[in-house]
Amino acid sequence: MIPNTFEYHRPKTIPDALAVLTQHGDEARVIAGGHSLIPVMKQRLTDIAHLVDLQDIADLRGISVGDTIRIGAMTTQHALITHAGLSAAVPLLAEAALQIADPQVRYLGTIGGNVANGDPGNDMPGLMMCLDAAFVLSGPTGTRTIAARDFYFGAYSTERAEDEILVAIEMPRPSGGYAYEKQKRKIGDYATAAAAVQMTAVAGRVATASVAMTNLSDVPVWSAAAGAALVGTDCGPVAVNAAVAAMLEDINPGADNRGPVEFKRHVAGVVLGRAIARAFSRL
Amino acid sequence: MNDLSHDQRVAGLKGLGSSRKRVEDARFTQGKGNYVDDIKMPDMLFGDFVRSQYAHARIRSVDTSKAVALPGVIAVLQAADLAPLGLHWMPTLAGDKQMVLADGKVLFQGQEIAFVIAEDRYICADAIELIEVEYEELPVVVDPFKALQPGAPVLREDLAGQTKGAHGERIHHNHIFRWEVGDKEGTEAVVAGADVVAEEMVYYHRTHPCPLETCGCVASMDKINGKLTLWGTFQAPHVVRTVASLLSGIPESSIRVVSPDIGGGFGNKVGVYPGYVCAIVASIVTGRPVKWIEDRMDNLMATAFARDYWMQGKIAATAEGKITGLWCHVTADHGAFDACADPTKFPAGFFSICTGSYDIPVAYVGVDGVYTNKAPGGVAYRCSFRVTEAAYFIERMIEVLAIKLGMDSAELRRINFIRKEQFPYQSALGWEYDSGDYHTAWDKALNAVGYDALRAEQAQRVADFKAGKTRSLMGIGLSFFTEIVGAGPVKNCDILGMGMFDSCEIRIHPTGSALARLGTISQGQGHATTFAQILATETGIPADQITIEEGDTDTAPYGLGTYGSRSTPVAGAATAMAGRKIRAKAQMIAAYLLEVHDNDLEWDVDRFVVKGVPERFKTMKEIAYAAYNQAIPGLEPGLEAVSYYDPPNMTYPFGAYICVMDIDADTGVADIRSFYALDDCGTRINPMIIEGQVHGGATEAFAIAMGQEIAYDEMGNCMTGTLMDFFLPTAWETPHYTTDFTETPSPHHPIGAKGVGESPNVGGVPAFSNAVHDAFRPFGLTQSHMPHDHWRIWRIANQLGLHG
Repeated sequence: MIPNTFEYHRPKTIPDALAVLTQHGDEARVIAGGHSLIPVMKQRLTDIAHLVDLQDIADLRGISVGDTIRIGAMTTQHALITHAGLSAAVPLLAEAALQIADPQVRYLGTIGGNVANGDPGNDMPGLMMCLDAAFVLSGPTGTRTIAARDFYFGAYSTERAEDEILVAIEMPRPSGGYAYEKQKRKIGDYATAAAAVQMTAVAGRVATASVAMTNLSDVPVWSAAAGAALVGTDCGPVAVNAAVAAMLEDINPGADNRGPVEFKRHVAGVVLGRAIARAFSRL
Repeated sequence: MNDLSHDQRVAGLKGLGSSRKRVEDARFTQGKGNYVDDIKMPDMLFGDFVRSQYAHARIRSVDTSKAVALPGVIAVLQAADLAPLGLHWMPTLAGDKQMVLADGKVLFQGQEIAFVIAEDRYICADAIELIEVEYEELPVVVDPFKALQPGAPVLREDLAGQTKGAHGERIHHNHIFRWEVGDKEGTEAVVAGADVVAEEMVYYHRTHPCPLETCGCVASMDKINGKLTLWGTFQAPHVVRTVASLLSGIPESSIRVVSPDIGGGFGNKVGVYPGYVCAIVASIVTGRPVKWIEDRMDNLMATAFARDYWMQGKIAATAEGKITGLWCHVTADHGAFDACADPTKFPAGFFSICTGSYDIPVAYVGVDGVYTNKAPGGVAYRCSFRVTEAAYFIERMIEVLAIKLGMDSAELRRINFIRKEQFPYQSALGWEYDSGDYHTAWDKALNAVGYDALRAEQAQRVADFKAGKTRSLMGIGLSFFTEIVGAGPVKNCDILGMGMFDSCEIRIHPTGSALARLGTISQGQGHATTFAQILATETGIPADQITIEEGDTDTAPYGLGTYGSRSTPVAGAATAMAGRKIRAKAQMIAAYLLEVHDNDLEWDVDRFVVKGVPERFKTMKEIAYAAYNQAIPGLEPGLEAVSYYDPPNMTYPFGAYICVMDIDADTGVADIRSFYALDDCGTRINPMIIEGQVHGGATEAFAIAMGQEIAYDEMGNCMTGTLMDFFLPTAWETPHYTTDFTETPSPHHPIGAKGVGESPNVGGVPAFSNAVHDAFRPFGLTQSHMPHDHWRIWRIANQLGLHG
């Protein structure tokens, strides 16, 4: 449980950090909160010669709330929960962040690390898809913005190039009802299954609905069909069953210590049903 | 203090019955404990293992050349290096032998292959990565039933042709022992002719004690004076000293073993591990101190597991529910080596306590020990030896019988309890239960939880569920357990030939404070607090002025250590007896000082008083001073005593636990609504510490029942090697407990105490598990194996057709 030798870099600006990445190529990795990276380094499952710590870069912090929400990549889960303006504007974020591990983890764990790592067990990627967020990436040739829904290819495989840094997350200010429903074995565990739902309604009928699922495939799953199944309905049993059926078409869970595939598919349906009900009740 | 009333003087002692705060906690809560890994010595080296990636493989070659070439690496030890010393294998506590380093093959994933010695742990980790092991994979057996099939792979080639083991005949190349107790023919005849027989396979899965502090040691051989000092995570430091002497040939007088603060043991730290042996050899070879500390994965994968018992049971009864016989056969999966830590003559520990709290006229137990490609162990994880297995077995069989009879299991227990007037009670399997009052405890427990109202609520819940009004089920988990602790009488209990007595040595200082040393070692139990309380009551010296020391073999009297809830029953008895020796001499001194005959004095809290003349007395403080400053005819100066206590019998704590649980049939999530624990541990020394022990043991029981397991895949890969997958509950998952008690003293223990640390695990596991079973009983469930994690509970509901 001791990592291999590595060089530790602690740049103060984004250009300085990018310079280290450019210089060392695939031998370099950025570290945010470190909750995913440090364990795999300790187990020597990955070999990193240059570790680039982002914590001193002021430009990666900060939350601004307007018609568009912008969250610096190094914002901790704790900051997401305690930022009054953000909690009012995007209550789904705080509801989900409170279900991530424990306070000690949330003091260090960042939203940027959570979404950029590409771990299908992380909660924030599905949430970002649900909220139709976009990721701002800085690289040697400039800055580009990628939709969360286009970001994930496979486990730990994302649109981000190795010489790019995720600097911020942007999303339109959501409205309506919301819910993040997560089943886990214990504090600190990844989800057995989790569902994020954000919806709006007009005259008691769903106008828009967005549904995303966590840890039920090798990528977070945004189920457009599940959302579509709810539109125009009052989220009664028929609509919920249709949404669940649509969602089940889009997920592909694997068996692990949390249980076999059939169990996970069943629970995925249950948590989605509950998330829909709670979101609808908050409209 | 002479102005104080009798009651004030009693209170000032903080003796028996006082909820005195733990004196240990000042350092533990401030991070000032001193654990093995806190020990740093000049020139200290660090050692660590290359471990097997495979569960069963021949070792073709081990290339250490790159590692040895790494600056800072001192040496790499392999079996061939230890063979000239005869240390490449070592004896186990169970009469088997175990590889210290892989001798030609490996038998479980994580097995020790080579020991790297380096200047520090970082270099050590780098060197381990540079060592190349070439394996030839062999067929793997992880299922004990498959291991006993005729064509099963041969695991222990070293035992080829050996048809006799430490416990009799071996019937198969993967068979370790068969151990039988009771009346087989008589029991089978009763079962054959019974009105009702319930039969079930009850599996108690493989789990792990997982103490917060992993195992480790620092070995330091002083080549000038020939003394070996060994600091380590030892629950039995004196036994380690004896074993180290026998293995190394170093005189026992030249070995000092020290257990410093220990961060939880739970049976995990009773045995001797390859790391200890390798660290000692490395220190002898290098002449420098050598530290070895496991990481969490090492501990979970390779260091002693617990349970893995397949218990086939038959319980016979009359149509009215009176139990007439109990039959049990256990297939015991011991892993690659039989490294159970049991008293020598008990290869299945005290499993034959499995008749439980019930008056069962005839019984039989047979246990077959089996080798598999899994880590060795089989330790008593927060229970006396195999007692939690026994309690789980009988408490499940009671429930299964209740289903067969269509009875309420609370009533079934009541009509079968051993009655108060039957104590001391001879069980069908040979134990003499010392004392008990089960009916009183049971009635108190059922009343406390409002049992009848709970059953009514449950019936309504079932009706609502069937009517589609709720998806939540409710389980009421009943458990009544009888422990057998305090091993034990030297006539039948020993560890490696050492009788399981224990000891206490007391010195009263001239100014009236005291030092007491014991052969036990606290790992969180609070001995420094509670043993001082025993002595305070016995000697009249306030507990706050009594220092308790344990764990250093150079100063502590020989003892067998702390496990199996034996400290209070055995060392606690020695403490009381040594205190009484002090008091006997103090009485003679007081008689001299008061110029009366010994018999004219009577003891009063903290002083001897002349009978009928209350103003004439000598306090213990005055007596202590006199012992050192006066020449008293016929008495040696000083005030010291030592007691080695050989208990006449075990003690038999008991209790009634009731768990109420709500279960989400759709997700398998169980919510513990309440948990009531009534413990009768005899005389209560410190009620606050008892409550803490119950909370801790019940939490471990909760973990075991509801999710904690060591799991392997078909290839023998350990699937639960980190705390991500191995369930260790946090404050968030842990239920709230309600504790209660009755007090039935042990008739043979000097102060009537029985021991409590392990009761909550023994009684807790069946309470949690029975609650899960009980929730599904109305839908036809009879038996489903632990751990009851979400997906397994969901599977019960699914298989019963509750998902529509």
